Amino acid sequence: MLRQWGPREAIGALWGEEEQRNEGARSPAKRAKDMELAPTIEVRDLEERTAIRLKDITKTFGEVVANDAVSLDVDWGEILALLGENGSGKTTLMNMLSGIYFPDSGEIQVDGKTVTVRSPKDAFGLGIGMIHQHFKLVDVLTAAENIILGLKGQGKLDRKAVARDIKAISEKYGFDIDPGQKIYDMSVSQKQTVEIVKVLYRGANILILDEPTAVLTPQETDKLFAILRNMKADGKAIIITHKLHEVMDISDKVAVLRKGKYIGTVNTSETDPQRLTDMMVGRAVSLDIDRPRAEHRNLRLEVENLTVLSGEGVKMLSGVSFSAFGGEILGIAGIAGSGQKELLEAIAGLQKAQAGAHIRYFPPESEEPIAGKHIPVKRDGEELVGKNPTQIEKIGVSLAFVPEDRLGMGLVAGMDMVDNMMLKTYKNGRGPLVDRRPPKKLAEDLISELEIVTPGVGTPVRKLSGGNVQKVLVGREIASSPTVLMTAYPVRGLDINSSYTIYHLLNEQKMKGVAVLLVGEDLDVLLELCDRILVLCGGKISGIVDGRSTTKEEVGLMMTHLPGGREASAVSVLQAGRTERGEDQ
Amino acid sequence: MGDFNLAGFLTAAVLAGVPLLFGTLGEILTEKSGNLNLGVEGMMFMGAVGGLAGPYFYEQVGGTSQIIAVLLGLVLAFLCAAFGAFLYSVLTITLRANQNVTGLALTIFGTGFANFFGEAIGSTNASNYMSVGKPTVDAFNNGIMGLKGAGGVGDFFASMNFMVVLGLLLAGFLAWFLGRSRKGLNLRSVGESPATADAAGINVTAYKYLATVLGGGICGLGGLYIVMNASSGVGGTWVHNCVGGRGWIAVALVIFATWSPTRAILGSLVFGALSIMRLYINLGIPAQIYSIFPYIATVIVLIAVSMRRKRENQPPNSLGLAYFREER
Repeated sequence: MLRQWGPREAIGALWGEEEQRNEGARSPAKRAKDMELAPTIEVRDLEERTAIRLKDITKTFGEVVANDAVSLDVDWGEILALLGENGSGKTTLMNMLSGIYFPDSGEIQVDGKTVTVRSPKDAFGLGIGMIHQHFKLVDVLTAAENIILGLKGQGKLDRKAVARDIKAISEKYGFDIDPGQKIYDMSVSQKQTVEIVKVLYRGANILILDEPTAVLTPQETDKLFAILRNMKADGKAIIITHKLHEVMDISDKVAVLRKGKYIGTVNTSETDPQRLTDMMVGRAVSLDIDRPRAEHRNLRLEVENLTVLSGEGVKMLSGVSFSAFGGEILGIAGIAGSGQKELLEAIAGLQKAQAGAHIRYFPPESEEPIAGKHIPVKRDGEELVGKNPTQIEKIGVSLAFVPEDRLGMGLVAGMDMVDNMMLKTYKNGRGPLVDRRPPKKLAEDLISELEIVTPGVGTPVRKLSGGNVQKVLVGREIASSPTVLMTAYPVRGLDINSSYTIYHLLNEQKMKGVAVLLVGEDLDVLLELCDRILVLCGGKISGIVDGRSTTKEEVGLMMTHLPGGREASAVSVLQAGRTERGEDQ
Repeated sequence: MGDFNLAGFLTAAVLAGVPLLFGTLGEILTEKSGNLNLGVEGMMFMGAVGGLAGPYFYEQVGGTSQIIAVLLGLVLAFLCAAFGAFLYSVLTITLRANQNVTGLALTIFGTGFANFFGEAIGSTNASNYMSVGKPTVDAFNNGIMGLKGAGGVGDFFASMNFMVVLGLLLAGFLAWFLGRSRKGLNLRSVGESPATADAAGINVTAYKYLATVLGGGICGLGGLYIVMNASSGVGGTWVHNCVGGRGWIAVALVIFATWSPTRAILGSLVFGALSIMRLYINLGIPAQIYSIFPYIATVIVLIAVSMRRKRENQPPNSLGLAYFREER
C-alpha cells in the first residue's frame, strides 16, 4: 500500500465516483451536483474539509519566543503560503507539525481530530510529510535508499521492488528521478525531487515545503509549481513557507507571521505583494532598491582566462574572463556551486589560479575620493596572480564572504568585536605587542553607524544575532576603504530592514567609485541592485547582461545553459571534471 | 630465508590478527553510528579481565565443563566491555560530552580497571596469578577442523580455533547487515546525518546506544582472545598490560578498512603478519625495530587513505559529533 487514503478519496469511493478523484479541485458546479446527489454526505464532507488546524501554538527556546499563540487552517486541495521574514518563526512552526520540535502549548488538529505529534514518525503516521529547506538526505546513499530510510518492512532490502514503487509515484505526478543515483551526484532540484518523492512514498497527504524555491532557477521553480498543482488537484493539502516573490503565483491563501506572532490570513486573489510586505514588516516599507549611476566609472579589474581547480583536481572555474569597473555593482549569478566562491577567492589570492591566468588591477584615478588610501601600484595594471592575500588586500581588494553558517569565514566566533577588527590590522603594528585602541575605536564606530545591537565591544560575536554578525563583517571590510569590495551572500538570513541597510552600504561604496562584486542567491535582488550581472554556469561564464534591461527568465536560462545551446548543469560539469581526470565512477 | 615456513607464518599471522579483527569490527559498528569511540584499548582490557575472571571463578568453585567455561568467558568479556561502552554512550549520547576526550578517558579507565582486578583477584590465589586451567585454555586454542598432522595447508586449517571462525562469521554478518538490510541502512544514515535519520522517523538515540554498546562488546571479545590465546596472547593467565596497544591498532585499522567489515579481515591479517614477522623472517635488524612495523604501516595507511578521496570511503559524515534535535 503506497499511500493512505485521504478523506476525499474515501468519500469518493463511498459514492462510487472513482473518476472524481482525478478531476481536481471541486468546482462550484460540481459541488452543487454533489449536493443534489448526496446532501447528507456533503455536510460531513464540508466539516472534514479542513486538513490541518493549528490552535494557539506557542514555542519558546530559552527566552526567545519563536511562536506566540499561532493559529492556522489548511483545507484539502489547497495551497497555503506561510509568509514571514527570517526569524519570524515559519520554520519552527512547520517543524512542530512534522514532529521535530514539540510545542510548549496549543493544539494541532489533523482531519478534525486533535493529535499529538511527538516525533517525525508520528507525523508520518498522520500523513504529514515535510520537505526541509536544508535537505535531509544522506549524501552517500542512493535516491531509493534515502526514500525508504526508516521505514518498516522485511529485514532484507528489496531494491527492485522499491525502484518499481518509486517509478509509479514519479509517473503519477510527473517527476523525473533515477532511483539508483547517488545523492552527491545530484543537482539541487534533483535532490528536492527525491525529498518530495520520499514523503509521497510514505503516504503523505499533507505536504509542507520549507522555502522550496530558494535554491531553484526560475525554470525549475515552474516545474516544481506544476507538480504542486498536480498534487493539489489530487486533493492533497500543501503548505509552503516563503519569502514573498512567488507566493502570488502558486498559493490559494497566505498566512503571515511576524516575530513569532500570527498576523492574519488573506486570500491570495484579494491581495498584492506590497500589502503582504506591510503585514510582514508591520509598517509600510518600500520594496524598491535604489540603483543610482555613479560619477566615476573606470576600469578597475581585468580578469583573463582564469582557471581554478578544486582540491580534488576538478575544474571549478574554467577560462573565465571579464572586467569590473569602479562605480558599478557587478552581480554574479549562478546555481550554488557554479564557481562563485572560487572566483572571489581567486581574486583575493585565496585560491591558486592555473597558469595562463591574469588578474590585472587598475588603481583609481587621482581625482577620485577613494584614491591614495592604499599602497601605490602600476597605473597600467598591476598583476594580482601570484600575490598573497595580504599583499592583495593592501592594494585595496577586500572580500566579505558570508558562508552558509554565517561565521565560518571572516570572523572568529569566540572572539569579541575588537579582536575581530584587529584580525585585519594587527600586522601593521610594530613590536611584539598589539595596540587595541584603534580597533576598539573602529568597533565602537561601527556599532553606532550600523546600529549593531550588542551588549558591548567585549561580547563574543558568536552571541550576536545573524544580522548583527553580518553588519560587523561587512562593516569591517568597508572600514578598510577598499577600491574593490567583493561580497558573497551579504544578506543571507537577514530580515528586510537589515537587508536594505546592507544594500544601502553597497550602493554607498559604489557611488564612491568602488568596484563592487556581489554574489547573490536572490535573483530578484540582483536584478534590482546590480548594474551588470555576470552569469556563471558550471564554472564558465555563460554571459554578462545589463541589469537594467535583462529579465529573470533570461538570467535563469543562462544559469543552466552555456551559449551555443549546450545544456550543462552543475552536476554534468562536475562529472565532466571527473572524466578529465580519468577517474571512473 | 631458506627455512622460511610459509604455512607457519600464515597461521601465526591469522592468530595474531584475530584480536585486531574483533576490535576493528566493534569499532566499525560503533563509528557507523557516528560515535568515535577511542576507548577500544580500554574496552579490550575490560573484556580481557572479565573474560578471564568468568572461567577462573567457575573453576575455583569446582566447575569442570569446558563448554560452560568458554561460554562464561565469552559472555562476561562481552558484558564487561559493553559496560565500558555503555558508560561512554551515556556521556557522549545523552550528556553530549566530547567524544575524543571521553574515549581517551575510557581507555585509561579500562586499563586501570583491568590491571587492578586482574592483579587483585590473582593476589587472593596461592600462585599469586589469576589463571585458568588447561582444559579452558585448550578450548580457546585447539583447532576445530580436526585435520591435525595433515601437513602444509592442512596444518594451517587445523590450527584455526573457534574464535577465528567466529570473527570471520561476524565480519560477514556485519557486511551483510550494513550493506543489505534495512536496519543497517538506518544505522548508516544515523552516522552520516542524524538529523536526516531523525526526520525519517529513525530513533537516533536508540541506534547510537545499541551500535556503541554492541560494538564495545565485540571489542571485548578481542580482549578475551588476547588473554586466552597461547600463541599470540598470554594463554589463560592475567599479565600486566596484556592488551599492549592492540586496541589502538584496531582504531587505525578501521580507517585502513575504510569502514568496511570485509576489508577489516584483510587489514587484520596484514597487521597480524607485521606483528609476528620477526619470529619468521630474519632481516638482520634489531628485534625492537620489528615491533615498530605495525605503527609505521598505520601511518602509511592514514596518509594513503587521506590522499585517495572517494566518497564511499570517507568516514561517516557526523563522526565525532553529538546530536541534539532541537539545536538551533
